Amino acid sequence: MGEPSRLGIGARGLVLGLGCLAVVVPFWAVLMTSIASPEEISRAGGFVLWTREPTLDAYRAVLSGGIVTRALMVSAGITAVGTALSLVATIALAYALSRPGSLLHKPILLMTVFTLLFNPGIIPMYLTVKQLGLLDNYLALILPVMLNAFNVIVMRAFFLGIPGELLESAFMDGAGEVRILLRIVLPLSKAVVAVIGLFYAVAYWNAFFSAMLYLQSPEKWPLQLVLRTYVVNDTPIGSDQLSSSLESLPPQISVQMAILVISILPILLIYPFIQKHFAKGLMVGAVKG
Amino acid sequence: MHSLRNRWRRDRILLLLALPGVTALLLFHYLPLGGNIIAFQDFQPFLGIWHSPYVGLDNFEPVLTGDPVFLNALVNTLIITLIQVVFVFPLPICLALILNATISERFKRLTQSILYMPHFLSWVIVVALFQQMFGNGGMLNGWLRSADLSTFHIVGVPELFKLMITSQVIWKDTGWSTIIFLAALSRVDPAQIEAAVVDGASAVRRLWHVTLPAIRSVIVLLLILRLGDSLSVGFEQIILQQAQVGAGASEVLDTYVYNHGIVGGDWGTAAAVGLIKGIVGVALVLGANRVAHALGEQGVYTK
Repeated sequence: MGEPSRLGIGARGLVLGLGCLAVVVPFWAVLMTSIASPEEISRAGGFVLWTREPTLDAYRAVLSGGIVTRALMVSAGITAVGTALSLVATIALAYALSRPGSLLHKPILLMTVFTLLFNPGIIPMYLTVKQLGLLDNYLALILPVMLNAFNVIVMRAFFLGIPGELLESAFMDGAGEVRILLRIVLPLSKAVVAVIGLFYAVAYWNAFFSAMLYLQSPEKWPLQLVLRTYVVNDTPIGSDQLSSSLESLPPQISVQMAILVISILPILLIYPFIQKHFAKGLMVGAVKG
Repeated sequence: MHSLRNRWRRDRILLLLALPGVTALLLFHYLPLGGNIIAFQDFQPFLGIWHSPYVGLDNFEPVLTGDPVFLNALVNTLIITLIQVVFVFPLPICLALILNATISERFKRLTQSILYMPHFLSWVIVVALFQQMFGNGGMLNGWLRSADLSTFHIVGVPELFKLMITSQVIWKDTGWSTIIFLAALSRVDPAQIEAAVVDGASAVRRLWHVTLPAIRSVIVLLLILRLGDSLSVGFEQIILQQAQVGAGASEVLDTYVYNHGIVGGDWGTAAAVGLIKGIVGVALVLGANRVAHALGEQGVYTK
């Protein structure tokens, strides 16, 4: 490759560095403000970029059993159950579609791919969920998005890349389809399963519009709706909502920032473990699919 | 039908495995697709789909007669799409080219991990972060106030709304969108670049004649897919901020459907607009794919 000039390297480094700062600074400001003491916050007139008197009062207030704690449990539950169901359905369908020549495999594949082209629309979707009696039910946040056709296609492409002789010899030895899927195909597909699992988990954790649409009672709210109401819309959050045992509530802003941190943290924690699989897991599938 | 019975015996496990997924698709994709029939009905929730009276094309009236509320939503949608195709779409390509040319592998990996991150945050979080940074009580204005400078009102200003949502989209997804271009770039033949260097091609000419043609098919593919989505612009993102800036600057087709149907109970009109939106989206993808084929590209599917 041609040697880039020193100026070129400098300019690229600067662009990338500024890009990274634009991502990191908001997180940093939010985290620091969430653990800053009330005095520091009032002295700074809002955001704190470096705290010398860190305190966890805001987290104590938020996690002491009020609406935020409940929302956290709801979000965690939906994410766990939803991701598990989604992965099982996706893996099973992708495997069935990866065995060429099997009965009905062409029409089912066509039916799956077609859903990528046409979205049913908000109104019919809402009426369907209502008709099925799922309004105000957590299942409304899981079942409609349980199967994502794009994820099926990516996973199927990955399965198709597994050498056929391997499966053939297992059949010779008398293994059935389920056994082959569990013992041979899945162990070879950890990267793609991790990545698709992350995609599903993030989608369930982040679900905002479907929760707004299908859940009516505030005590069922997941974290995203709490965030919308108390952080984006800036509705004051008081001791009724937090059921806090602290004598005086921490400043509004540190409570808000603590809620933000709690909703970002799980993603930040899982992300590094899965990120290394992105290239391997996603690309094989996407490029072929 | 002996062979069919044999195949059934052999493949019934596979069909059983496909069953949960297929059921989900039928129930939550194909069934609602049929629900679009209410676009032609005077839909009454207590009568339901089976008993609501048919009204022909009455629900399409706001669309056909150019009702100003609908036109406003349409115009906003098209403006936002135009901004995103012209200004946002090329950014990941530029970023991928910069990342691809970066010398240190470690620096590249670190930057990638950081820049991919915002893609995994919800729109609620992204909107909240932007408000905390640029809102009237936000960090930027806090600094300006403490430096005795005049403050900027950025959040909640209708004139700046399209700029605001564009910067949010850029912040959230530019990094992540590079992933597919980087994969395409990694398959550019180094021998070709060597040859261009030997022939004395400048960096710009190498970019123009070797690198960009190598990723052209990926660029075309993503552009076609983007066109299919062109009438769905940032629904969650916009609905979250609509209260602050009003419908004039922020109503798009998706929010129109939501506000008229679910909030306003005008089911028929909302379904009609949603249906048109879906059909136009499919038409755009198929049309763009034809153009791509005519120009010798592969497109989304091959002929």
